[in-house]
Amino acid sequence: MVYSNVGIDIGSTTAKLVITRDGQVLFNKYVRHLARTKEKTLQLLKEAYPIVKDTAVRVMISGSAGLGLSSSAKIPYIQEVFATGELVKSLSPDTDVVIELGGEDAKIIFFKGALDERMNGSCAGGTGAFIDQMASLMDVTPDELDELSLKADQIYPIASRCGVFAKTDIQPLINQGARKEDIAASIYQAVVNQTVAGLARGRRIEGKIMFLGGPLYYNKGLRMRFTESLGLDEDHAQFPEYARYSVALGAAFCAEKESRTENIEDIIARLEKAEGIAVQSDLLPPLFASENDYEEFKKRHSKADVQRADIRSYNGNAYLGIDCGSTTTKLALIGENGELLYTYYASNKGNPVSVVKEQLINIRQMCQDVNIAACASTGYGEELVKNAFRLDFGLVETSAHLKAAKHFDPDVEFLIDIGGQDIKCFKIKDGAIDNIMLNEACSSGCGSFLETFAHTMNMSIEEFSRIGLFSKAPVNLGSRCTVFMNSSVKQAQKNGATVEDISAGLSCSVINNALYKVIRINNPDQLGRHIVVQGGTFNNDAVLRSFEMQTGRNVTRPSIAGIMGAYGAALYAKEKRKSESSSLLSLQELCDFFHTVKSARCAGCENRCMVTVNSFSDNRKFVSGNRCEKIFNSGKGRQNDYPNVYAEKRKYLSSLEDSDTSKRAVGIPLGLNIYELAPFWHGFFNTLNMRVITGGYADLVSYSAGQLSIPSDTACYPAKLMHGQITKLIHEKPDFIFYPCMTWNIDEKAASNCYNCPLVAYYPEVIKGNMDELAGTPFLYPYIDINNEKQLESVLFKTLRPHVPDLTKKTVKSALKNAFSEYRRYKESIFEKGKAAVEFANENDLPIMVLAGRPYHVDPLINHGIDELAIRLGFAVISEDVAARMARMPSVSVLDQWTYHSRMYASASFVNQTPRAQLVQLVSFGCGLDAITTDEIRDILASGGKLYTQLKIDEISNLGAVTIRLRSLVSALEDRGEK
Amino acid sequence: MDRVLFTKEMRSEYTILLPNMLPVHFKIIEKIFRIYGYNAVLLENTGNAVISAGLKYVHNDACYPVQLIVGQFLDALASGEYDTHKVALLLTQTGGGCRASNYIPVLRKALKDAGMEYIPVISLNASGLEANPGFKVTLPMLKRSAYACIYGDLLMSLKNQCLPYEAVKGTTEEKVGKWTEILCSELAKKHLDKKRLKNMYGEIAADFESIERVKKIIPKVGIVGEIFVKFSPLGNNDIEKFLLSEDSEPVMPGLINFMIYFLANGIIDNELYAQKPVYAKVCKLAINFINKRTSQVAKAVRENSSFVPPEPLTDIEKLTQGYIGTGVKMGEGWLLVAEISELLHSGVNNVVCVQPFGCLPNHIVAKGVMKNMMQNNPGANIVAIDYDPGMTKVNQENRLRLMLSCARENLKENVKI
Repeated sequence: MVYSNVGIDIGSTTAKLVITRDGQVLFNKYVRHLARTKEKTLQLLKEAYPIVKDTAVRVMISGSAGLGLSSSAKIPYIQEVFATGELVKSLSPDTDVVIELGGEDAKIIFFKGALDERMNGSCAGGTGAFIDQMASLMDVTPDELDELSLKADQIYPIASRCGVFAKTDIQPLINQGARKEDIAASIYQAVVNQTVAGLARGRRIEGKIMFLGGPLYYNKGLRMRFTESLGLDEDHAQFPEYARYSVALGAAFCAEKESRTENIEDIIARLEKAEGIAVQSDLLPPLFASENDYEEFKKRHSKADVQRADIRSYNGNAYLGIDCGSTTTKLALIGENGELLYTYYASNKGNPVSVVKEQLINIRQMCQDVNIAACASTGYGEELVKNAFRLDFGLVETSAHLKAAKHFDPDVEFLIDIGGQDIKCFKIKDGAIDNIMLNEACSSGCGSFLETFAHTMNMSIEEFSRIGLFSKAPVNLGSRCTVFMNSSVKQAQKNGATVEDISAGLSCSVINNALYKVIRINNPDQLGRHIVVQGGTFNNDAVLRSFEMQTGRNVTRPSIAGIMGAYGAALYAKEKRKSESSSLLSLQELCDFFHTVKSARCAGCENRCMVTVNSFSDNRKFVSGNRCEKIFNSGKGRQNDYPNVYAEKRKYLSSLEDSDTSKRAVGIPLGLNIYELAPFWHGFFNTLNMRVITGGYADLVSYSAGQLSIPSDTACYPAKLMHGQITKLIHEKPDFIFYPCMTWNIDEKAASNCYNCPLVAYYPEVIKGNMDELAGTPFLYPYIDINNEKQLESVLFKTLRPHVPDLTKKTVKSALKNAFSEYRRYKESIFEKGKAAVEFANENDLPIMVLAGRPYHVDPLINHGIDELAIRLGFAVISEDVAARMARMPSVSVLDQWTYHSRMYASASFVNQTPRAQLVQLVSFGCGLDAITTDEIRDILASGGKLYTQLKIDEISNLGAVTIRLRSLVSALEDRGEK
Repeated sequence: MDRVLFTKEMRSEYTILLPNMLPVHFKIIEKIFRIYGYNAVLLENTGNAVISAGLKYVHNDACYPVQLIVGQFLDALASGEYDTHKVALLLTQTGGGCRASNYIPVLRKALKDAGMEYIPVISLNASGLEANPGFKVTLPMLKRSAYACIYGDLLMSLKNQCLPYEAVKGTTEEKVGKWTEILCSELAKKHLDKKRLKNMYGEIAADFESIERVKKIIPKVGIVGEIFVKFSPLGNNDIEKFLLSEDSEPVMPGLINFMIYFLANGIIDNELYAQKPVYAKVCKLAINFINKRTSQVAKAVRENSSFVPPEPLTDIEKLTQGYIGTGVKMGEGWLLVAEISELLHSGVNNVVCVQPFGCLPNHIVAKGVMKNMMQNNPGANIVAIDYDPGMTKVNQENRLRLMLSCARENLKENVKI
């Protein structure tokens, strides 16, 4: 009897089939299953039929989407990572580690020591789907992306944790004109970082590594990044032929061992009979009950239209608005009465400058009799486009949208804009922006997500959303970020949902996200009666309908919903016009226009920013990517020396380094709470005649050196940076490192207790448990209560005695005394600077920004230079602890037992009692405690009639979104007459 | 903000709703409340309505348990089953450094947003955080609650040791129901019959022993984690049921461990920081009270059946050494580590650690200690699973399946030897 083994792998996007006999692979093939797993599996089986028809077969199914089919067709199932593990163990027993990247999964198997098989957790960053998404963002095929990456000169830092984060980093690079080749390689590097940081979680990837899965088989550039980053030579980096179908092969391998023998005909018959499992997904009501409903809906919305005029017959003044968004470029040319003369809306194809150039030539050609009187740009690419084409004005996109919305509904109370990548909403009170809500870095599951998803279904976005309109049973896909939605879709498909149902469900999810994640309403009354919706995504009727259904409101969708930003910019240009004609390049200049892009490092300061230099045809230059305006583009941003308490704190901390190398040294890692306590420990150890090494501020090089030992990639960025800080200290070879566990913070008597957050309190435990590098350096992390001097004395004495010669209790006592007085000196000195800042603001009539964060937010790597940005925008900046001391603790409705929180609450009180002060809260992504403080601070500020602005910050290094928020704040203040 | 008090007058007229954290234990606790004159009702509503209500009324970045708890309350209040003007809500409050101590303010805010700020919220805590004139936990109540935990743990443990093996489907659940009834009436007595209570440990064990069971060797899977997600089927997508359906035996360390954890922290704080010596002594007494009973349980189970008794946590120092300091007391703190150690020592090598997505203390005590735990216990097969409204069952189950595949493979190898 001849035996064949059939392995079937049904993954998130493809179905694969492998047939083996006597250890030989006789057949292997894959198809995209587009959610039709049963049909595609049968198609593959039938194709392979001639090979197996006269043999006995043993079959096994594997893969994340294969379980349903396995149970309904009664074919044994094997978990995919396990299947791979079994295969590699038998084929290459000397393998140490397997790294497998699939469509949406990333897996790693460690063989040496304890067998350890892991899969990516809740995050699908760094997988095939991620690479595809990034390729489509850059408007290239995945193959082209690979080609490009091979010609890279440099790598940009791109956040690796999640696709959405990465996108936020990549978009500005594209918009700023960075080389595609470099971005491509940077995307691959992000995948590598994700694998190392997210999967290995502290375990080292070393020895002989087997790389499996489609992305690693096909993408040479990705392989290169992996081998280079892991420092592997050819012997240690294995890319076997079976890499692209390893799971299917593993399933065949396991089938041989464990499945019973049967006929292929029986299996095919069972598969054909297999029913989709009863639908268990949570369903939503249909968007439209009938065609009639839809017609009525369309009729209602057709009313919100603008006047139009033919550009060819128009003569007079015209105003141009350009909205250079994250993924699309929009233009609107309007006449003296706001009538539309010309519009344009298209993907910017990763190169907005050439798209805009083409359009401008077009417009100049059409406008022979029309005087283009003023032009304004807005959106992500505002500065670039404005500089490239010599436009007259630039304005922040939120203002542009409000301008346009008022044109349609002068009483507009609420405006929501869902674009390709952002959700922006704001409330409008007395004609001015009252409250801005932007989607935070995490939930950008907006238009581009729908688009990418349509592509995977082989459909255009129009077609994809249209088929959802009449779905009988839209699937409820939840309201989290895109990555989670991918898994929800997978589950719905498993449960038999049709493409129509999924399309409708996704439209509802976008709205869910906006309502619950961004606006967080629980009652439509909070939105007011006059709601204007806009942004390209609302052109999609399914999305619009779902918004109306979920809010129970009929809303206004201007017919030009997709180009509202551009329209608003044009209105702005009209309003602000200051000369007869616009300074826009002439037709001839436009035709001669070309632009090149180069990257360089700014040598202006120790930041050494990676900058992108755009050179234009007439020798003008525009530089982007720089954090400050010191060196480039002078004159554009205001350079000033307004007081900045954040900078003062940094100055003070830098002065603590001690250069007398003859003394014994103690390493105190500058991170988390040590930012505030460094002066304390400096005073303490100086008394013991020891030199304190802090390692200085966090930097990316040591961050990546410490990254290998981070056990939880969802911890906040400031905590994760601690690993790098420790690495730095170890290199300095101190006599020991001191980093105490502190359940309690300093008791400032402002609240019922004075806790630290769990991460700040116990991070030393994580360092101790995960950093092998510490072997050889004594690591002291006693549990101390800083408010209890007696305990401090005895614990510190006990802990330090073995490491500090001739230590006596008396010295510890006097050291503590000095510690407290140095701490007080530090706090007083900063407080004085703060008071001076407020006085300076009063004298010079400047607005004050209270940057309310935690002590570690002064680190330039953590705050990405936000304090300096605020200075450039014309604020005097003070910190929350300073502001808190100038006000009384307000009564709060939450249980307040954290020292840092109390300061933030009190600083909000300060803002309420100080007309010229505004509060901007810095929140590190993943900070669970700030989920509590944000609502409370918002409420405190609301009671004082103040705006609340929150900035969520993470590894993302671009200031794009932050700038929008702060500029929107400035423009809202202007509208409210507060600035 | 002034909170709405639960007054003495309300005591007779109001229904107090309890969130459903542990199906077995809370059933008994509900009964105890009733004995003491509170009209307590344990909520049973589950499903998507609960999750949506949670999403609607709670900050989406807040942790999953509070979304579910608030969701369950708000969903129940919206059901029309209760007169919202004659109802109060009860919630536990730890008062620790974890954000969980803010569940009550979050619940109040949700009530306010839903236009029901007049509903009193009762904080059940041992930190003296909020007092209510109409609600007081007395020593006899505490004693009975301790019994409820001990018996709940026993029933839960025996149930899990029988369910995968029962020959006639349903017999186990029947016994659980029967004994819950008996226990409730026993604890309803004005004076506890201590002797009877002590004898019952053995009777229960013997009764479960009589369940006809099939002999088979299947993987045992320990479940540890954040307290709500660990115990509540609503929070963990009914992980026990899933493990049973995959032919494995769930091993759930008991609720009493949390009591021990809480009490032991009183002693540890005294050791580390010389705080509150009197409170530390009280804690010691309470631990002794519990330990005496849990060792009676263990003895009775061994004498009357072939079951493995729920192990009391005794040597905390030993269980946590080399992994974490016992000063870590936020969230599940050192307890989580101790429970995993205890499971590994007792031969349960497969462990699922469940937690809400982004759980702060678990960055330290779960993910932070994994490396050393795996290194020191080569056979350990530990998987951490995150739960939140967006997580799909498919992904969670796929990870559990991977853990189970490894577990079965290990089992095969061990059987060979």
